[in-house]
Amino acid sequence: MKKVYGTAADALDGLLHDGMLISAGGFGLSGIPELLIAAIRDAGTKNLTVASNNAGVDDFGLGVLLQTRQVKKMISSYVGENAEFMRQYLSGELELEFNPQGTLAERMRAGGSGIPGFYTKTGVGTQIAEGKEHKDFDGETYILERGIVADLSIVKAWKADDTGNLVFRKTARNFNPPAAMSGRICVAEVEEIVPRGSLDPDCIHLPGIYVHRLIQGDHEKRIEQRTTRKREEA
Amino acid sequence: MANEMKGWDRNQMAARAAEELEDGWYVNLGIGIPTLVANYVGDKDITLQSENGMLGMGPFPFEGEEDPDLINAGKQTITELSRTSYFDSATSFGMIRGGKIAAAILGAMEVAENGDLANWMIPGKLVKGMGGAMDLVAGVPRVIVVMDHTNKAGESKLLKECTLPLTGTGVVDRIITNLGVLDVVEGGLKIVETAEGVTEEDIRAATEATIV
Repeated sequence: MKKVYGTAADALDGLLHDGMLISAGGFGLSGIPELLIAAIRDAGTKNLTVASNNAGVDDFGLGVLLQTRQVKKMISSYVGENAEFMRQYLSGELELEFNPQGTLAERMRAGGSGIPGFYTKTGVGTQIAEGKEHKDFDGETYILERGIVADLSIVKAWKADDTGNLVFRKTARNFNPPAAMSGRICVAEVEEIVPRGSLDPDCIHLPGIYVHRLIQGDHEKRIEQRTTRKREEA
Repeated sequence: MANEMKGWDRNQMAARAAEELEDGWYVNLGIGIPTLVANYVGDKDITLQSENGMLGMGPFPFEGEEDPDLINAGKQTITELSRTSYFDSATSFGMIRGGKIAAAILGAMEVAENGDLANWMIPGKLVKGMGGAMDLVAGVPRVIVVMDHTNKAGESKLLKECTLPLTGTGVVDRIITNLGVLDVVEGGLKIVETAEGVTEEDIRAATEATIV
């Protein structure tokens, strides 16, 4: 079965519908599926719920879909870098469900692994625990969190072979593997698609079983906080 | 801001916090003063975790060598070391939730005498989110808070009860402030050490929490 598509729009063809739940990879602006986000903007799909650790910045990343009012709800752990997000949230136009970062990652991993819920100590005694089942194990209290199964996952990797095996680069891996796992369908964008056999099977980060469609493209890869040291300090 | 404050400055607080770390530990440092702790670990074999998916975090890159694929949890560009490993966010928080990270050093808005911690949200102000803070304080066995003893209005940040929404309950083990070091013990906070030029009476006067 052919997984490789020509453009992001081609790869998303037939997969988008209003009101859908999308899991997106990335941390800050690192490892975000920027080409697929742009294609969803162009497709105009509305009332999206997006599970993503962050919400991009005003003009890049998921912020692009906020500017066009395509997002109804975000499920995120940290959204502090986006003024338009805050404006829409404070005016009631945008719903926000805060998840602790590890809980969000595990919800995605669990959802993709056939685990409908799991117990965690994270958030016990805080606002996050309100309304959730509490259960004691070995003298400690835990809360029940649900796995996330998304209609669509959009992720970004460094390299892929044409069967969808993915290799990520450095900390751009972040939420991409769990986000990919959580979707019924996963579309991945990569910097380079290589022939099958050219990736070491022992060094595949995400097996192609999780990846249904694939595109190669050029990435802007914007840096959010450029921090450096001077050479003489070395 | 901090210039009227007695005792340790930011770097001295970070240096004191670095003394808490033991050889061989895997450690997570929060944003702000905790980040400075990395400058003071000396010869100790400490591996820093960045919860976006890295063990063995190195210093900032030289100008021109920034890599958008290599950032820390504060989204700053960083570098790797010879010991570095990378992993996904679920694995990263598995090691946090699973108690594999020996210590977390975090900033705080408020700490209560029972170890409750508030550091993610001020009602009525812009809420940015908890990020990984709730996972860290729930999962990491030793949580050390580094913060100013009082707020800008001169009020104690060490309280009988937190007034802000909590990040975790009963999670803080030790607090390092500009005035000294306090432990969370049965019945309240215990003064472990005073900063240079600071007396126990100074700490008591600046602290709302019960000192035992």
